[in-house]
Parts: sequence; structure tokens; C-alpha cells
Amino acid sequence: MKELVLRPLEQPACGLSAESISCDVFAGKSVEEIEALEVYSGNRRRRLGDFFSVSGEAGDTPGETRIVIEGDVPRTKWIGRGMSAGEILVKGSTGMYTGAWMRGGRILVQGSVDSFAGMMMSGGELEVQGDAGDYLGCAYRGEWRGMRGGSILVHGNAGTEAGHCLSGGRVTVMGRAESFAGVRMRSGLLVLGSAESRVGAQMTGGSIVVLSRTEMLPSFELVDRVSSPEIEGVSFEGVFEVYAGDLAERNPKGRVYLKVE
Amino acid sequence: MKLVLKNGYVYDPANGVNGEKMDIFIENGKIVEEVSGAKEIDCSGMLVMPGGVEIHSHIAGGKVNTARLMRPEDHLRNVAPRTSVTRSVCGYSTPSTFLTGYAYSKMGYTTAFTAALPPLMARHTHEELHDIPMLDKGALTVMGNNWLIMHYLSEGRIEHACAYAAWLLRATKGYAIKAVNPGGSEAWGWGRDVRSLDDRVPHFDITPREIIRGLMEINERLSLPHSVHLHPNNLGRVGNFTTTLETLELTRDVKPSRERQVLQLTHAQFHSYGGDSWRNFSSEAESIAKAVNSSDRLVLDMGQVVFGDTTTMTADGPMEYYLSSLTGLKWANKDIELETAPGVTPFVYSEKSPVSGVQWAIGLELALLVESPEKVMLTTDHPNGAPFFTYPKIVAWLMSAKSREEVLERLHRAAQKNTVLGSIDREYGWSEICWVTRTAQARSLGLESKGHLGVGADADVAVYRIDPESTDPARDYEAVERAFSATALTVKGGEVVVRDGEVVKVVSGRTLYVDAGVGEELEREVLKDVDYYFKRFYTVNLANYPVQEVYLTSPEAVKVDSGVR
Repeated sequence: MKELVLRPLEQPACGLSAESISCDVFAGKSVEEIEALEVYSGNRRRRLGDFFSVSGEAGDTPGETRIVIEGDVPRTKWIGRGMSAGEILVKGSTGMYTGAWMRGGRILVQGSVDSFAGMMMSGGELEVQGDAGDYLGCAYRGEWRGMRGGSILVHGNAGTEAGHCLSGGRVTVMGRAESFAGVRMRSGLLVLGSAESRVGAQMTGGSIVVLSRTEMLPSFELVDRVSSPEIEGVSFEGVFEVYAGDLAERNPKGRVYLKVE
Repeated sequence: MKLVLKNGYVYDPANGVNGEKMDIFIENGKIVEEVSGAKEIDCSGMLVMPGGVEIHSHIAGGKVNTARLMRPEDHLRNVAPRTSVTRSVCGYSTPSTFLTGYAYSKMGYTTAFTAALPPLMARHTHEELHDIPMLDKGALTVMGNNWLIMHYLSEGRIEHACAYAAWLLRATKGYAIKAVNPGGSEAWGWGRDVRSLDDRVPHFDITPREIIRGLMEINERLSLPHSVHLHPNNLGRVGNFTTTLETLELTRDVKPSRERQVLQLTHAQFHSYGGDSWRNFSSEAESIAKAVNSSDRLVLDMGQVVFGDTTTMTADGPMEYYLSSLTGLKWANKDIELETAPGVTPFVYSEKSPVSGVQWAIGLELALLVESPEKVMLTTDHPNGAPFFTYPKIVAWLMSAKSREEVLERLHRAAQKNTVLGSIDREYGWSEICWVTRTAQARSLGLESKGHLGVGADADVAVYRIDPESTDPARDYEAVERAFSATALTVKGGEVVVRDGEVVKVVSGRTLYVDAGVGEELEREVLKDVDYYFKRFYTVNLANYPVQEVYLTSPEAVKVDSGVR
């Protein structure tokens, strides 16, 4: 695997749309070609090289390419959009839409990610060592068929509506998720260290596991109590209350597991 | 501005021209006998037809915009930045106004009518039409659930109903009388629907049968260019073909005032359903086609379904509510006080679904079983059956039994079992395609200068990059689809606007509306009632209601002297 290093230069005052920072785009290109890639700062077209110094070498294919971003880029959006293979390591925090439409490969963010990380993902891995903003692993605005595959792991906390319309794959938040985690979820697995409130509102399928007690919506019914269950192919230890819902929806098949012991 | 399109294979069936190699002469936006010193464009080896005419497509209006708001995810499709001539665009089932114009034009269309104009939304609709470039436009004014129409008809005051309809067309700058689920959308205001022609409309002493018959009588007394354009009751319901047949039967005692039909059965596919539950849902296209074949007062447009993701929208609120309760997807209601009640919900037509498969087959069956192509119009009821971007696919299906068979084999077996499509080997020729994509529409709408290439016609021409002499569309249907997706040349009003599938010039087109004159005395009386209705019921002031001509791009009034006094 070959490595390409992006060292942030002066960052723009408004957001930088950098869909081109992806192993699929970088693969087979020279450093000069990569510097010349198009990015948008607000509505102005700029070069990637205006905001990053580029060094190293890209692989011939996305799978042989590893991108390292040396530092914080909290305003850089769309990193790894639609990526199919390869690796991106960010030694800092990223802006919105990190890993959106990702199909394969791996992104590791050592800092935090802003909102909409992993939106509409269908494969690959996104790992965040800090926190995530709102709409982690969500569906695009208006869409009811959300993330279909792959996995997201956040070591810290997540904002509101984590796993919004989740339709497959796995989203894990080891810390606390704010309200409406798993809203309109259809299938897949959402694991939360703890959850603020309204977990699984409008869910019709899939499983949510909360590793501590939380208040359930009145439209969920306590149906069982299980110990050390296997949920969507993953084993959990401890005693869990099982809730069925959201009964306010048509044909609800969702399950919420609350760890009680 | 002069132009000669040289040596193309011309199809102009309205003038008896079927594939003759000839030149088309253009001067000042019209087809002429001959010009000299004009720019010549070589069209040899290519197919030349009149510009396409769209008769039923939801391209502008309140519910189109509601759908745009409701489906941001749809705007991810067809995203393209601006060019030196075109604006940036996006959308598929809810395309932006600009994309609507560009995309129709690339397919060789030069005229399009938006399918439903609720009077109260007229100003907004014309603002959207203003922003649809490339096309001549018109709008069908919705009247099937209008309080004053129902009031006059229930009291048997037909002259008053005529005068009000004429005023409404003028006030909304509409082109024809459209009716959507007559009586049903009004009943929806009370959480109900009508399920047969003889159900009574709540709070009005009238039935759908009386509304439909009344509207046809109004239309013929006013002698309007188009006939009544009807979306019958029970759209999309299992077994609805009996309602449809009963409705078609009503045309028997209506005398046409012009040489045209008295009723257009619109999106006929959605009204040709047999069976008594979704389990034995089947095609009744044969019954509907038989009724159309045996009458000279009926035409239909297909309302073809094409598989994929789309947005349904119609001035039939109860139907949209019913559909969204079947799919569990989001929906919106857009109630239009005193006039109608549209709804909007997304829908996915799936090849694996038995119902979608049968629906797909029904549209094609109708087009193939109605003998005369003069009575058939290609539509998808955009975007209800599919977005209009799919038209080239449908052209290919009509021309090739093999291409239909290939789809049929992929579908749920219900599509073979519950339809007769597999046994139909009829294949359209180029002339028939010309009829169902432009000429029949122009005839139905009474557009004398469109849908043909005779001297005096509008210089709206589509040139497709396919050689009708050497191409066998039955076998080479993919080439047909490609050719109809992007013209070699689209000429609008005598100017080349599309070349090799790219928009090269943006023009704005005209907006056509009907101005039917009635007796002054009668009109004054009716306006008194209108005034009362506005004071008593409407939330807007009468003075703010009629749309002024300034809202229209190049307005063109089609004047009719009805003789209604």
C-alpha cells in the first residue's frame, strides 16, 4: 500500500467541499495532479493544493492507496465520499459528511466528525475516536432508505438522530447519544452506550441496544427479559429488557434492548 | 430567419407523408412551400417528424412544487452545472422547471400541457410555466369538484355553468376543462370519497355521473378546442374498469361541436383494472380498448408505468391517501378550497411486484389493442406512472415485441398470467409513433398548427439520428431508444434549439389559453354569483384571483365565440 500525506495549510473561513479527497479519486494520480484537483470554498472553485501540501505517492488502485491528513480540518467536508476501497487516516477532526455514500475501505478519524458522518453508507468502516455530530449514519434529507451496510464506530458521544432511517449495517456509539437515536430505523443494528430519550421513535425494524437504562416512549411495549443475548449476530453480556415497537407505526417489527443488570 | 432541412426521411402522417425523402422549408417560424437563400442542414439518413406534443404531464403547479419540497432526495438525480446557455438543473420525478424544458426539448418535444391547474393555484402555475423554457405551453383547468360548477349543474342552469366555465378559463388562463375524480375530491373534504357514478356528493345535490355529463355539455356548448379531459372516479382501485366503462358510455348522448372526440380518457392504464382484490389483480385493457375502438367520440392517453422510483401527484386527495397507506411512505395533502384537493406521495414500481408488473403490461396493451393510433397518446402521466425521461423506452416497447418479451420474462409471473400482452405481436411503425407522440395530441387539443409539417404549420421539427430505411426497430430497439433520447436536431419556431442532444439555444415559447366569449348579460349574472362566493367562502379577494396576461410568456389567446347567450 502506498501513502499520500496531506498537510493542512491555511484553512478557509467558510466550508471547503472536498469530495475529491478519496482513495478512488487519488489512485493512479501524481502529486501534481492531486494538487490540481477541484475543491469548492463556498461557491469559488479552487485547487486542493491551495489548502493542503501534498506529498508521497498514490497507489495504482484505490485499494492500494492510503491517505493521511496530518492535522485538524474541521471545515473540510465530504472526505471519502463514495469511496470504494483504500484507507484514510485523519490525525485530527473533520467537517460534515465524512464518509458519506462510502461503499468500502476504511476511514479512521482520530479527532471528531461533524454532522452527517457516514450518511447513506453501504459498505466499509468508519471509526471515530472522538465525538460525532448530529445525524451519524443517517439517510439523505427526505430519503427513507438510509445506510444499508458497513459499520460505524464512535468512541465518544453522538448528537441527535444517530442511525436515522438505518436500513442495514451497524452503528455503534460507545458514549452517549442525544435524543431520537434510531428514528425511523428499518433494519440493522444500533448500539449505544447510553441514550438521552425517544430511542427508536417511528422504528419499524432492526435492533437498538442501549447499554444502560433509558426512558422508553409509551409506544413501546416491554415483551421480554433476556440474558447474554445474541442480537443481529453480535453477542452481548448482561441482562436486557426487550421492548417491541414503535407500535404507533404500521407493522412494527423493531426491538430495543435495554441493559438493566 | 430561413432554414431548410434537407433530404431527411419525413414522417407526417396527418398529411399522408410516410417516410418520403424530402426537404422541409422554414421561414419566420412557419413551414413554407419553398425558400431561397436559406441555411441548409443536411438530414440525410435521418428521421424527421413534427415537434413532439405533450398532452398530459404534471410539470407546473402547486402540487408539483409540494412534491419538490417533499422529495429533496429526488434532487440528487440529474444534477448538472450551468453551461454557457443553460442553467444548473436537478431532479428526476420532480425536475426543476428549467430541466423540464431542456429535457423535453432534447427528446424532440416542442409543446407541453400541464395536466392540472387548480384555479386558485393559477398564478403560481403560470409563474412556473414562465420558467419552463424551450416549449409552447398550456394548462388544463380543474373543474370537476368546483362548488359553483356543481351548484349550477345541480340546479340545471347549464348556460350559467357555461358562462362560469368560460370565465374560469379566462381567469386562470387555462386551455381546457379537466376533471379529476369528479365529486370525489370534494367528498374528501369530509374524509370521504365517491366509489360509483351514482354516489351523491356530500352537501351538493349531484352525482359524478351528472358532473361528467354536465362538463361535456358545457364543453360542447362552448365549442372549446379540446374535449373534456377526464381522470375518472376510482383511479387505481382494483376492479375499477366497470366504473371506467360506465363513464365512457356517457359520451353516447353528447354531440361533438367540432371534429374531435368529446372525451379524453386520461392515464387510461390506471383505470383499466380487473379482479376483486390485489391478489387476483388483472388487466381489463381489452374491455377499455373495445369501448374506444367502437366509438368515434373517445381518445385515450396511456399513463404507462415504467419500473423505478417516482413521485405520484394528482388532484385526487383520497387516492393519494389510500396509496400512502398501502406503502407507508410520506404523503402530503394540498387542499384547494372550493375547488379541489390534490395529494402527493412517492412510489416505487418494482419488477418483482405482481401489481406493478400488471400495470406495466396494461399501458402497452391499451396502446396495442386500440386499433387506430389516432386515438392513442403516449404518456406516463408524468411523474405518476414514471418520469417523462422514460418516453424513449416506451417508444421502443411499442415498436418491438421482442423488447416487451424480454421485460415480461423478468417480471413476476402475474404479469404474464393476468394480462394478454404476451400474446400481442403488433409492432408500431414510424408513422404510428408519430401519431402517438405528437399528431394525435395536436388533434385532440385542437392545435391546428401543430403535430404536422404541412405548409402554415409551426416550424417545430424533431430530427432523430436513426435511418428508418436501414433500421429494423423490432430487432434493433436499443438503437430506437437511443435515437429518441437525444435528437440530432430540435427546431422550435424555426430556430435550432438542440443539436446532437445538447441545448444550443434557449427560447421561451408561448403560453396558449382559451378565451371563449359568452353573452354579456349572462356573464354579468354569473359574476354576481362569483362575487358572492368569494365574499362568502374564499380566503382571497376576487380582484386578486384572475391571472393577468403579464404573468404569461408570450400569451396567445385562442378565441372562441361559443354562441352561449
